[in-house]
Amino acid sequence: MTSNTSTQNEWPLWEVFVRNKAGLDHKHCGSLHAADAKMALQMARDVYTRRQEGTSIWVVLSSQIVASDPGEKGMYFDPMEDKVYRHPTFYELPESLNHM
Amino acid sequence: MTASIQVGASPQVQYLLRLGDSCLVLAQRISEWCGHAPILEEDLALSNMALDLLGQARGLLTHAAKLDGQGHDEDQLAFLRDERQYLNPVLMELPRGDFAYTQLRNFAVATWLLLLWQRLQTSSDAELAAIAGKAVKEAAYHQQHAADWVVRLGDGTQESAARMQAALASLWPYFNELFDSDAVDAAAAEQGLGPAWSELKPAWQAQMAEVLADAGLACPKDSPYQSQGRRGIHSEHMGHMLATMQYLQRAYPGGRW
Repeated sequence: MTSNTSTQNEWPLWEVFVRNKAGLDHKHCGSLHAADAKMALQMARDVYTRRQEGTSIWVVLSSQIVASDPGEKGMYFDPMEDKVYRHPTFYELPESLNHM
Repeated sequence: MTASIQVGASPQVQYLLRLGDSCLVLAQRISEWCGHAPILEEDLALSNMALDLLGQARGLLTHAAKLDGQGHDEDQLAFLRDERQYLNPVLMELPRGDFAYTQLRNFAVATWLLLLWQRLQTSSDAELAAIAGKAVKEAAYHQQHAADWVVRLGDGTQESAARMQAALASLWPYFNELFDSDAVDAAAAEQGLGPAWSELKPAWQAQMAEVLADAGLACPKDSPYQSQGRRGIHSEHMGHMLATMQYLQRAYPGGRW
């Protein structure tokens, strides 16, 4: 038990986000155990990017992430399809606007 | 059984083989960690580096075989040369040891390779320059990764520091060979093929000293020992390693795979 606790302390879990060369945003691609942030970055590079140049990697301690509560799904994510007045669908976007 | 092959004595071929064999033999040793590293992620990192080194070896051996002009290819050079025809420094063939030993050797070799690849990018041999252009990025990563471990272990617990210090004492005498000079090196430098390895020594020492100081490790005294792997005179470990590596090709000569 003691050793388990110390393993968890010494090798905490990190979440890995990668933006590939042409990608617009960092996408969550997995997690790994590493002793510190620098090691986590190096390992993420080996495991998740195969060293494609031009890739950006973010690593963040899993304990730093706060997630929404599935129990509050109804309140948080109530589909608003029946509330047309809430959707900005009445505007025509200029063609020069991408990625909306 | 297919007879062992011999390579030519031209300085150019010898220079390429010394480098190519260094990459090949160290790749073989690092591969022995597969499935045995302290954690999964490091297991992947070590395999990754072994693959990089193997890729570098393939480029160099293919090129050396072409220059040698006896119709051999990379596989024949790797699998049909016996110990006396292998020209890597003894440092590369030493058994993998513990994790501290492996990381310290990786750091020393990556530092040396990085300095070498940086200079080889301007080699008079366009093919060698191209191989160096690709390898230099890999070596920079290997150096950083191993240096981090040297510092982490050297500046870690009492146990890890003691192991790192023991690894340093054990490997130190073998570093001499990396900077030994001879006619092959002189010819390579003169032809603009690549630097004499001895030229790399001051930069190598400076980079080593910096990381060892960060790790809180004391450099051992210089050793007069001079290994001779670059001239085909190896340690007792080399024959065993080659027996494992070459077994299948020796047992089924000429087999295609």
